[in-house]
Amino acid sequence: MTQTIIWTVAILSVLGLLLALILFWVARKFRVEEDPRIDAVEKALPGANCGGCGFAGCHAFADAAVKASDLDAQYCPVGGDEVMQKVASILGRTVAKKAPQLAVVRCNGSCANRPRINEYDGLRSCRVKAALYSGDTACPYGCLGCGDCVAACKFGALSMDPETGLPVVDEAKCTACGACVKACPKHIIELRAKGPRGMREYVSCVNKDKGPVAKKACAAACIGCGLCAKTCQHGAITVTDNVAYIDPAKCKLCRECEAVCPTGAIHGVNFPKELDKDAVKKRIADRKAKAAEAEKKEAANG
Amino acid sequence: MRDVIIALCPAILVSVLAYGWAELLVLAVSVASCVLLEWAVTKWMLKRPSTVGDLSAVVTGLLLAMNLPSAIPLWIVFIGAVVAICIAKLSFGGIGQNVFNPAITGRVFLLVSFPAQMTDWTPTPGFVSIPDAVSGATPLSALKEALKSGSTIPQFMDAHSYDLASFLWDAGASAGELSAGALLIGFVYLLIRRVVKPWIPLAVLGTMALISAIFHGINPDVYTGVPFNLLTGGAMLGALFMATDYVTSPMSTLGGIIYGIGIGLIAMMIRYFGSYPEGMSFAILLMNCTVPLLNMWFHQKKYGRA
Amino acid sequence: MGKLTFSMGGVHPHDSKYARECAIEELPLPKTVWVSMAQHLGAPAKPVVAPGDTVKVGTVIAEPGGFISAFVHSPVSGTVKAVAPRKDLAGNPVMHVEIAVEGDEWEPSIDRSKTLVTAIPDDKAEILARIKACGVVGLGGATFPTHVKLSPPPGKVAECLILNGTECEPYLTSDYRIMLERPKEIVVGAALMQKVLGGCRCVIGIEENKPEAIASMREAVAALGFPGIEVATLRKRYPQGGEKQLIDAVMHRQVGSGGLPIDVGAVVQNVGTSLAVYEAVQKNKPLITNVLTVTGDHLPGNLQHNYLFRIGVPLSFVAEQAGGVPESAAKIISGGPMMGKAVSNLDATTVKGSSAVLYLSEKATRRRRETACIRCGKCADACPMGLEPFLLNRLYKAADLEALEKNAAQDCIECGCCLYSCPAGIPLLDNIRQAKGQVMGVIRARAAAAKAAAEAAKK
Repeated sequence: MTQTIIWTVAILSVLGLLLALILFWVARKFRVEEDPRIDAVEKALPGANCGGCGFAGCHAFADAAVKASDLDAQYCPVGGDEVMQKVASILGRTVAKKAPQLAVVRCNGSCANRPRINEYDGLRSCRVKAALYSGDTACPYGCLGCGDCVAACKFGALSMDPETGLPVVDEAKCTACGACVKACPKHIIELRAKGPRGMREYVSCVNKDKGPVAKKACAAACIGCGLCAKTCQHGAITVTDNVAYIDPAKCKLCRECEAVCPTGAIHGVNFPKELDKDAVKKRIADRKAKAAEAEKKEAANG
Repeated sequence: MRDVIIALCPAILVSVLAYGWAELLVLAVSVASCVLLEWAVTKWMLKRPSTVGDLSAVVTGLLLAMNLPSAIPLWIVFIGAVVAICIAKLSFGGIGQNVFNPAITGRVFLLVSFPAQMTDWTPTPGFVSIPDAVSGATPLSALKEALKSGSTIPQFMDAHSYDLASFLWDAGASAGELSAGALLIGFVYLLIRRVVKPWIPLAVLGTMALISAIFHGINPDVYTGVPFNLLTGGAMLGALFMATDYVTSPMSTLGGIIYGIGIGLIAMMIRYFGSYPEGMSFAILLMNCTVPLLNMWFHQKKYGRA
Repeated sequence: MGKLTFSMGGVHPHDSKYARECAIEELPLPKTVWVSMAQHLGAPAKPVVAPGDTVKVGTVIAEPGGFISAFVHSPVSGTVKAVAPRKDLAGNPVMHVEIAVEGDEWEPSIDRSKTLVTAIPDDKAEILARIKACGVVGLGGATFPTHVKLSPPPGKVAECLILNGTECEPYLTSDYRIMLERPKEIVVGAALMQKVLGGCRCVIGIEENKPEAIASMREAVAALGFPGIEVATLRKRYPQGGEKQLIDAVMHRQVGSGGLPIDVGAVVQNVGTSLAVYEAVQKNKPLITNVLTVTGDHLPGNLQHNYLFRIGVPLSFVAEQAGGVPESAAKIISGGPMMGKAVSNLDATTVKGSSAVLYLSEKATRRRRETACIRCGKCADACPMGLEPFLLNRLYKAADLEALEKNAAQDCIECGCCLYSCPAGIPLLDNIRQAKGQVMGVIRARAAAAKAAAEAAKK
């Protein structure tokens, strides 16, 4: 009996020692040398592993940041400037500031604006739906309403509004990681500059059809009439393929385009006051009248 | 799942006839606890839509009950159900995600936790009497005892008269081990309904038959023969209903055959050389671990590819 | 010869060929037709007519827009009203030529008599040129330009021409009807294609659930006496009519992944295509008509039809002529129930490849509630390509493109057997189709990169 116990203990001890040695050897043999700065940078990152930066995760981002010669090609959309400054200081580099952005849904084809013309009965997935056909409304460009963007958002910033059937962005939660932009098969969602105090102007439509067709499909469609572009004094608006686009870098938030848009496709958000369309229109008319007068005078003088 | 329940009916009928109200109670408690636990856990803990409707909990309950002696205290049955449903099934993510067969996990847990109650095979009074319902032990455990006390197989067989009659009645066994015939009828139903394919059971039983034929041929005094091994214990229930569980068996035919051979091999090794009289449950659980690997290694043949 | 079939997978849906007894009727002409410029696989055709032009039946209205493309002819006589985009079946804008119908005046070069012309022209190139000029495309579903398929690349030899008369999709009966009503024309078409391919043997494959068609085709083959043509009885099993499955069934050979039938010496053509080839070569009649089935589950007999239609007729006109859309119809499908497309837009027009307008009831189209996969492996048993749909579905959800390619997601033929067989109602096909698209994208990008690298190396 005693002998059995001694033997058992002895054999197990030797076995344990042997395995420990093997483990030790393997750990030595296969150790991967890693730059300690990678770890430091990774700790500074938000750790959401959302992939919004274009890398597989925060570790991959840190790895690339340490290896690259500068940080110009990299930006963590979740952490924003604050985190980028931290990363830069760890690596002893400088990084330019970027304006904060957020996701903007450029479709206003709510159930009321855009009547359903057939019933979709397939899988609740925008990607699958887009592969099958143009959608259950007459607008082949608009939101499909199956919520792929909501599923893609890792921050709970998107939700479907049951009344309009469109996704809604929670500005407080959106980190502009761009996951929804990639998930949307119709490329409706855009990352736009957040704007001063969140104020921004944008065209909430991507319909490339000609005016009458677009208008027939959706009451709130951009019909590419170009009124906004003509009105804009800052050259911020361009119309291509029958859709207007407002360049946030040039927009001065005067809201004139919003006032003249015949279909209400241009949206202004987070402005302190509601837009008084008539007042703005009057202002534009006055300015035009003045300009015409000035021109006449000039012509008379010249 | 409904087909599996139908297929289990003949065996359940035989066991209820043999062991009477006690058996019926064990079945009822087992099924009820499994269904209730699944419903409660999915509703309050996982907060997911309930999966009770797919009847998988009923099947687990039936299989668990069929693996227990009829005289077992009912609170032990409930503990078995907790292990089967809560630990083996739902903690892995519910139906389709579990690595181990829930019913067997429950049974093995009970076997190692309550060995006395789990091996008390005193037959409860049945609605009909079994021809030789005398033994308090299963044939396999009685044999193990006999071999330990130095008698040989022929002596044991003479003393207990096990023969092909045990194809229909198998004294002193759990419900599922009672009647190989009833189990086979159920399995043929599953085959006809194309619910399962026969490869896994064939591999299990074939391996068991082959091994027992070889060992019995070498030394019939120590090693039992083919019919005894196939017809006693959980061989039939395990091979036909537990090893064929979709979730915990390999997908490809070749993988399934290897899985079956593994079960047969381990079960026979435990029976011949292990300290437990029966090894079916352990064999299936051990082979369950290999399923992800078998699924990775063996794929079915693809069109136009070597 | 015993009953043939392919070697793996497949399902057995009820064949529901309710319209099998309906003889082919000619569909009247509507007031206006819209002829699509994209009714074949490959590049869309380029319109060569302008608004105001008058056209006759058979006048060329569009030319091929690339190597893989086809001519399009006017199906009616009248005046071109517009050449403008119009929504197709899926609701996407496609260029259409709108023609107002005036009378029914045919191009004089078209032989409209019913006489059977059995003399096979001697010149292969001549036959091929006529097939091309008449805009013949495959009518089995893929609408691949026939002249391209009948011109094997250098070094490849066709050993067997397989005529596909399986019509394995439930409900469809148009191929069945033409095999009953025009068997001799089909056989002559086969002989013409045999000639083009250099005199290979020809097997006409028909499923066992159409014994009348088998008898009719056998009789025609015997009566005409062309050498090397035989009729083979195939077991009833979906997707027997899939090109790869049919080659497997008839020749016991398998086309490698990414390969073409000609790699194993096979050319597969639909019986409808054979008829079109006959009309093109022997009668100089372009592909402007085809046969489609109007049917549905539990429809009264008077609402079931097989129509000889002019291409470009709107589906709404077909439905109206057939007695209107039945109230029981919850879904309208263009094509068969397994691979057809749900119609979201009845104003879409018929195209060369239109095979059916199918009305399905709520009950027939209802999706099963999705539950967890229990790894029963029924989908893997059903897959005729030997894939493992449950695995592909999982890999797609994990977005593991590398593993998807390794497990051959790109080989999926989108037959829908997995979805049909899944007891858990998992949308396997929808997800695998997405996965296939992504994997194909990766493969194409890789091929393009390899090509660019090779060119750079040359320089």
